[in-house]
Amino acid sequence: MTSPSSSSAPLAETSGAFAPPKARRRGRRGPRFSLLTRRDKVTLGFMVGIPAFIHIALIWVPAVLSVVLSFTQWNGIGGIDKIKWVGTKNFDTLINIYPPFWPAFSHNLIWLGAFLFIATPLGMLLAVILDQNIRGSRIYQSMLYMPVVLSLAIVGFIWELIYSPGQGLINNLLGIAGTKDQIDWLGNRNLNLWAVLIAAGWRHVGYIMVLYLAGLKSVDNTLREAATIDGANARQTFFRVIFPVLAPINVVVLVVTVIESLRAFDIVYVINKGLNGLELLSVLITTNLLGEASLVGFGSAIAVILLLISIGPIILYLYRTMREPAS
Amino acid sequence: MTESDSLPSVTRRQVLKGGAALAALGGVSAFVAACGNGATPSPSAAAPSGGTSPSGGIAPSAPLASTPPAATGTITFGSNYSDDVPKKAMQAVVDGFTKKTGIAVTVNTVEHGKFQDTINAYLQATPDDTFTWFAGYRMRFFAAQGLATDISDVWSSIGSNYADAFKTASTGDDGKQYFIPFYNYPWVVIYRKSFFSEKGYTIPKTITEFKTLGDKMKTAGLIPLAFGDKDGWPAMGTFDILNMRMNGYDYHIGLMAGKNKWSDAKTKAVFQKWAELLPYFDPQPLGKTWQEAAQDMIGKKAGMYFLGTFAGEQATDPAIHDDLDFFPFPTFGTEFDAESAIDAPIDGFMVSSKAKNLDGAKAFMEYLSTGEAQGIFLASSPNNVAAAKDADTSKYTPFQKKMAEIIGGSQKIAQFLDRDTNPAFAGANGMQGFLQSFLGNPTQDLDKFLSGIQAFYDTLA
Repeated sequence: MTSPSSSSAPLAETSGAFAPPKARRRGRRGPRFSLLTRRDKVTLGFMVGIPAFIHIALIWVPAVLSVVLSFTQWNGIGGIDKIKWVGTKNFDTLINIYPPFWPAFSHNLIWLGAFLFIATPLGMLLAVILDQNIRGSRIYQSMLYMPVVLSLAIVGFIWELIYSPGQGLINNLLGIAGTKDQIDWLGNRNLNLWAVLIAAGWRHVGYIMVLYLAGLKSVDNTLREAATIDGANARQTFFRVIFPVLAPINVVVLVVTVIESLRAFDIVYVINKGLNGLELLSVLITTNLLGEASLVGFGSAIAVILLLISIGPIILYLYRTMREPAS
Repeated sequence: MTESDSLPSVTRRQVLKGGAALAALGGVSAFVAACGNGATPSPSAAAPSGGTSPSGGIAPSAPLASTPPAATGTITFGSNYSDDVPKKAMQAVVDGFTKKTGIAVTVNTVEHGKFQDTINAYLQATPDDTFTWFAGYRMRFFAAQGLATDISDVWSSIGSNYADAFKTASTGDDGKQYFIPFYNYPWVVIYRKSFFSEKGYTIPKTITEFKTLGDKMKTAGLIPLAFGDKDGWPAMGTFDILNMRMNGYDYHIGLMAGKNKWSDAKTKAVFQKWAELLPYFDPQPLGKTWQEAAQDMIGKKAGMYFLGTFAGEQATDPAIHDDLDFFPFPTFGTEFDAESAIDAPIDGFMVSSKAKNLDGAKAFMEYLSTGEAQGIFLASSPNNVAAAKDADTSKYTPFQKKMAEIIGGSQKIAQFLDRDTNPAFAGANGMQGFLQSFLGNPTQDLDKFLSGIQAFYDTLA
């Protein structure tokens, strides 16, 4: 078994085995790679070079420029000569002065926590249940998957109708719509984050369910049979056998959850532009960068903070995927 | 950029004097050369007719009324009048212009919230020749950034058609004019006449009378003052009026300009007073849009509503609209009562710095400054009053007459918080959120709250 991470050298070696012995002996000393023709090299160069170029140009350059801009003050108007260096002032403002920063930061963490510990496990649970071939399983699947087809902005609209204080479904069911006791689900800054999390979770659960269900379907049934024969109950079968086997899917689910939490934006922007208890870092980036404000440096500083938060899970993910083949 | 902007207008005057086609071409090429990158005025739009003269005969006071209108071609117009009624009204104005001058106008309507959010990028990329905008700091900001064309030459012919206050509101930091006022509207307390007479309520002149009336309304199970601040900006109007009533116009404008401080005890007093008055406001303003709040007042769930008169747009039934009336916000018994300061924001138009058909654009500006054009618009939007002196006020509804009366009776006129101060401070990233935080928790530590606002303002300097 060759590990994919070091594929190029063994590739040359294996192909060398089929080459004439003469070439093989000479090859030990060096110009062995000539087995790849010039055309191969050019092709390979393009195949690696073009994606690398696109990746660097569209991901790394903007990311690095954002970091650079985060140390500047600029209103986005005029040439780059108008950019003023301000050192770490933007970060100082963010952390010590800017009132919405800490609420946004904690809302992002709450969002991440709610998805990670409630919505995602719920989606996995539903997947496991639906995997039991219960009657009407497909109908349930379709129903649960439906919200995933909708964009978060649409989900926001739908739930705005449900939460509306006077005309909304919930208050009317509770019989408090139009009374003095009616609950302003999206206007009350102590409630609205949770109300939005339910809406966003509604969609997220379906997403995770489908991902996980696909994983479960791919599990070899003999594993389950073997576990049953060995006397494991359903719970043990899942946690001791299926869950470990699904490690790659688990990582995907984890990463999807983290990404979905950190990029949350559209739903709160639709509801109230991310104000009044629904502040999120992504919204602060937008309102500071875009709009008439155009605080390019300041907005970039918030983006850098979000980047730093995102790097944690990214490293975890890369570490796991890189390490896995070796084990 | 300002220097190059002035070039075409200078050459244009020469053209007018000499009337020579050659000079016109020279003017155009000078303009091309001066604007350099990005600005590529299409020569076909300005040059072929041989005269880049303004469309004379549009404004009655235009000195060159006899000159045949020679600006030709097509101009583009970026409009934020995206709601149905004003959109149609604006189209009627544009049609009137085309009919008069033969200049076609391509209207590019963008939803107004989005228009404002993207204005910065829009003006730098490929803006339309002309665009809708607001007077005040917001106009001066873009003028100072070189994103608007100086239209002082247009003002020299139309200036007599405006009161001085309008000219001041159209003037940039460099003393030149960049803006054509179209109409304005006051921020007032709106109510339903029939409802007041039915219940025997009288108009409160002072804040004490207001509180007494508010208590009466509360006992009757009403919300005294409708309020919706979901969009973040309506609360700014309330802050403006409270600040102007308590600390005066000069203090308010000084605060907007950064001369006075948010952390000042005088500013704090405004928020303390506001917290004291909040029981008379809708208790749940943060989940409500201004439209919903207006419906509360129209639907007689709330007694009064403090907003710009555009709240009248929500009364789609003409009978109900006729039933609407309004009065200035009550006075506080301070030395500033006499100045009757008010927010009366002016909406209007500007020419972008990259205008391709500059002469057409200026002809359009001249047309928009006439009472005729403003009358066409106001005919279907009776919630504003015309800015020009020669506007036909005889067709005003009682609603409009009262607006003109209240604006006329105010010694000091402010624009609005987000038009009077730095846009980087007043937007969703700043003041909108701060005021909502106050409304969500009015009993919070005001010193900490206000010093936070001031500290953020200071970082923008």
